[in-house]
Amino acid sequence: MTVTRRTFMKVSAAGIAASSVGALGFTGAGDALAASVRPFKLERATETRSTCPYCSVSCGVLVYTMGDKSKNAKAEVVHIEGDPDNPVNRGTLCPRGAASLDFVHSPLRVKYPMHRKPGSNKFERVTWDFALDRIATLLKEDRDKNFIAKNRDGVTVNRWETTGIFATSAQTNEAGYLTYKIMRGLGMVPIETQARI
Amino acid sequence: MATLQSLDIRRRSASTEAPPQIRKGGVEVAKLIDVSKCIGCKACQTACLTWNDLREPVGVTDGVYDNPRDLTPTSWTVMKFAEVETGPDLEWLIRKDGCMHCDDPGCLKACPAPGAIVQYTNGIVDFVSENCIGCGYCVKGCPFNVPRISKLDRKAYKCTLCSDRVAVGQAPACAKACPTQAIYFGSKEDMKVHAEGRIADLKSRGYKNAGLYDPPGVGGTHVMYVLHHADKPMLYSGLPENPRISPLVGVWKGVMKPLSLAAIAFAGAFGFLHYITKGPNEVAESDERKAAELTGGRGA
Repeated sequence: MTVTRRTFMKVSAAGIAASSVGALGFTGAGDALAASVRPFKLERATETRSTCPYCSVSCGVLVYTMGDKSKNAKAEVVHIEGDPDNPVNRGTLCPRGAASLDFVHSPLRVKYPMHRKPGSNKFERVTWDFALDRIATLLKEDRDKNFIAKNRDGVTVNRWETTGIFATSAQTNEAGYLTYKIMRGLGMVPIETQARI
Repeated sequence: MATLQSLDIRRRSASTEAPPQIRKGGVEVAKLIDVSKCIGCKACQTACLTWNDLREPVGVTDGVYDNPRDLTPTSWTVMKFAEVETGPDLEWLIRKDGCMHCDDPGCLKACPAPGAIVQYTNGIVDFVSENCIGCGYCVKGCPFNVPRISKLDRKAYKCTLCSDRVAVGQAPACAKACPTQAIYFGSKEDMKVHAEGRIADLKSRGYKNAGLYDPPGVGGTHVMYVLHHADKPMLYSGLPENPRISPLVGVWKGVMKPLSLAAIAFAGAFGFLHYITKGPNEVAESDERKAAELTGGRGA
C-alpha cells in the first residue's frame, strides 16, 4: 500500500482526533481495562506433600502438579513452595528450596540408577534390578570376608566395619528406623546420615 | 479466577471514569520488612522468580553480594547490601528493595495509558501489561526508582505484591518464604502494631533511633520497613529520607493536562462552528493560476 502525503495527513488527523476524544472522556476507558489481576495459577493444581532434598534441615514442601493424571496426559510439576504444616519450616524456605522447581526440571538431574564400571571414566544407565543386585552382591562379598564375630577377648561383637551407609535426610521417621534396623542387624558400624546439621 | 477475586479498583491511570465506590469494607494490606532480622539469604528473590515465572539471566559478579546489582524487569525484588560505620562497629545493613506500593502512587499519576496502572482498594499498585505503552513515565514518576522497562517487549514491570496470591487470601511469595520472619504480611493496622513491638525490642538493645519507615510524603506505603536507624534511611542503600512525587508530575498532570484538554476541546468546537457558519475552504480560480505560475507549470 502506498501512502500519499494527503492520506498520511488524514490518518494522522483521525488518530489525533480519536485520542483527543478519548482524553476528554467521551469513550469508555473501561473497555481498555481487561481483568488486571493475574489468575491464581494453582487453582486446579494437585498439592502433594514432600521433603526438600537439598540439605539436612529437610524442610517440608508442597509440590503443585498440573494435570489430572489421566492416562494420555502426563502431569507436570509447576510450582513448589513451603509446607505451612511442617514443624521444621512452617511454610518458609531458603533460597535454594524456594528455587527447587528448577531442580526438578534440570537437564542435569539424575533420574535413573547410574553405574560407573571399575576402570571406566563415565556413568552409564542401568536398571534398578541390576543396581540392587549389584549392591547386594558386593555387600555380601565384603561382609563374608570382613565380618568380626568375636573380639580378641572372645566376646561376641558381630561387627562389620568395612562398609558404611550414608542415609538421606529426606526420608521419613519410618524409613530412617528401617535403615538403622537393617544395617545394624547386619552388624554395620559406620552409619551416617545427612539428617543433622 | 480473575473474576472471582474481590479486589476492587480504587484508582486507575489516565482515566476520567471513576471506579465504583459504593462497596465498603476490606482491609488495607501491608508488607512489613524487618531489616534488623534479615540475613540476606535471598530466599525472597528466588521465591519471587519462581512464583511469577520469571528467570533472571545469568549475569556477572563484581565482588559484592548484590545479585543482580539493581532491580531489573525480571528481578522485582533485590537484596541491597550496605556496609556502614555508624559507631565503633561496622554494620551490615541489608535491605530488600522493590516496589513500596505507595498510597499516593507517583507512577499511576504520571502514567498516560488508560488502565495500565491500577490501585486496588487494599492498597496494592499493579501494572497491567496489556495496557502499558512502554513510555517510561512511571519510572520518572516513581520516588523510589522502582519500575523497569523490559528490552524484550518495551513494557514496564515491578513487584505486584503478588496480587494474584493476595486475591485468594495468601501472603506474597517472598513473605511466605522468608526463613527468619523478616518479612511479615497482613493488614496495615496489624503490621503497624507488630512493628511497634519490634521497635521496642530494638530500642532495648541500644538502637535509640529504631523506627518504622512509612513515609507520609507519598501518603504512606503498603510496604513498610522496620529500620534500626530510622533517622537516617539513606544508610540503607539510598532509601529516600522524605520521598515525594516529582513536582513536574503535578504541574504536568494537574495543571497542564486540563488546560491543554480545554484547548483541544475549544479548537474542536471552534472548527465545527466555523465549518457550519462559513463552510469549507474553497479554492478560487485565481489561486490555481497563481500556484501554476509559482511552480512554473511543473504541477503540484
